[in-house]
Amino acid sequence: MTRDDWYRHDRLPHIYCSGCGNGSIINCVLEAVSDIGWNIDETVFISGIGCSSRAPGYIQTDSLHTTHGRAIAFATGVKLANPDLHIVIFTGDGDLGAIGGNHFIHACRRNIDLTVICINNYIYGMTGGQGSPLTPYGKKSTTTPYGACEMPFDLCNLAVAAGANYVSRWTSYHVTELTKAVTAGLLTEGFSFIEVISQCPTSYGRRNSLREVSDQILYLKNNAVLHQRWKRMQEKGEDLSSDQFVVGEFIRQSRPSMGVSR
Amino acid sequence: MSRTEFFQGNIACAEGALAAGCRFFGGYPITPSTEVAEHLALKLPKVKGGCFIQMEDEIAGIAAVIGASWTGVRAMTATSGPGFSLMMENIGYAIMTETPCVIVNIQRGGPSTGQPTMAAQGDMMQCRFGSHGDSSIIALCPASVQECFELTVKAFNLADQFRTPVFLMADEAIGHMRERISIPDSVPYTGRKPAEKDTLPFKPDEDLIPGFAPFGSGHHVPVTGLTHDWRGYPATTNPDLHAELVSRLYHKIEDKRNGIADYEIENREASVVFICYGAPARTVAQVLHDQKHDGKDDLGCLRLRIVWPFPEALLEQFPHASVFIVPELNLGMISREIQRHTAVPVRSVSKIGGELHTPRELLQVAEEYR
Repeated sequence: MTRDDWYRHDRLPHIYCSGCGNGSIINCVLEAVSDIGWNIDETVFISGIGCSSRAPGYIQTDSLHTTHGRAIAFATGVKLANPDLHIVIFTGDGDLGAIGGNHFIHACRRNIDLTVICINNYIYGMTGGQGSPLTPYGKKSTTTPYGACEMPFDLCNLAVAAGANYVSRWTSYHVTELTKAVTAGLLTEGFSFIEVISQCPTSYGRRNSLREVSDQILYLKNNAVLHQRWKRMQEKGEDLSSDQFVVGEFIRQSRPSMGVSR
Repeated sequence: MSRTEFFQGNIACAEGALAAGCRFFGGYPITPSTEVAEHLALKLPKVKGGCFIQMEDEIAGIAAVIGASWTGVRAMTATSGPGFSLMMENIGYAIMTETPCVIVNIQRGGPSTGQPTMAAQGDMMQCRFGSHGDSSIIALCPASVQECFELTVKAFNLADQFRTPVFLMADEAIGHMRERISIPDSVPYTGRKPAEKDTLPFKPDEDLIPGFAPFGSGHHVPVTGLTHDWRGYPATTNPDLHAELVSRLYHKIEDKRNGIADYEIENREASVVFICYGAPARTVAQVLHDQKHDGKDDLGCLRLRIVWPFPEALLEQFPHASVFIVPELNLGMISREIQRHTAVPVRSVSKIGGELHTPRELLQVAEEYR
């Protein structure tokens, strides 16, 4: 099966805004599952609520589009009741970082055999551009009109600290690296977490001087700092600028996991 | 053949679940329901395909149960008031996605943290109307340890048959009471109607219920809590489609309420009729027992083992009734439901605080109508 065979073609066109990064990211994920050669009948996509969570609806497998923040909790039931199923979760920075935060850290702790793709567009897109727990400090949204005055989460650090077996972060610009990271995540037993920073020109970009799609993609390209470089920077006592963020693979380990097919 | 045990109601409930073929429990500890989880934590891992998981909260508990149910297994959770409140959104999701599951609520005094160790029936409206939007559900109310077993079995059968969440609405008194119980070797079983090949996953049959296709069976079912068409595809701005879907979810249960009804009637000729469910039924039984001793026969009783969908036709079973006396461990929840279906005067006898009605209290009320 090729990547395109995984799409649910009669559901297209999708509801995403023009310029949205979700399409590229879904492509990368489906590229990874088709490369691995998973059986489409034994693969389940699960999501919560938000733009990213609409992704499973466009994929030709069994899928569970659940309640806000709860995708991982639903997926835990599916996986434990039938460990032979491969499960991929699509979620977003609000769905996972805010309302679903507790389920996230507990799934990392349990190290349950799920792969979570978190599309971080820094914003609640579906509801019209409100601030999320990942909106960078000082950036604008409809609920942070004077700039976010709270510090954001680093979900990757959180996942590592909570015990996930695989954690990486890329962006919608880094499609090759992202596809490799998703593949690694899917093949790692236990909990895999891949954060993908993505452009949202409609709700985030236009309020933060990144109105053009290309502006935001270049922003992602230019401000991504490789994990290895960041380590060298730290050794020299250097810090990231307020726009910079770290990308790469943060951990790949084999802590005892649960829900693995035997 | 059957075996006799001396069990607590909560243990009987867990044993009923095992006998019914429940293979997944997801939940969170809460008094006075914990023994259900503890017993299943002990037993489920020893059963083939059995899985017990203690989740991080009740929201996750019911979510995991719904997820497990989509793999085709029978799944349940058990909780009490505060946890029940937390579950409400996902219960609505189970209704909308037509996911069979059993939710045990060992009711305690509320609102809020209230009385964790005391009996109440204060969640009877919440189980019916607690999740947002129009819907219908099925709620069973055991009045003995034996019924904790039997009605848990029945809850699984009804959940599968109607593809809906089913509530076992027990209370602390019944859950923690210990009685002799007879456990049969086998129990009645009604499974899910399987989806036929190449049918749309949410296209109902004549009984208004679609066939079920578990995840992994190649049907590629897209499940969503959004208003959806027969394919399962979101269709959120089509007024007719929404009306058709939600009306069907309501009618697939409400239209069958006389068939779903499960009850006991004592003395149809009575003029003073108690209507009861759950723990207060024990006190009513004592009052009716005592009247024979006193040489009287004007008291009767309708005991509901299933409260929702409300079987209003049963109210016609007492042609000489001058009053319906309704003892409840709440401020009159089901008495109001009875009131709207009958011209017979309804007398609510509320008791909250955690103690059961005494026979004398109920007899005093009955005397007013003799």
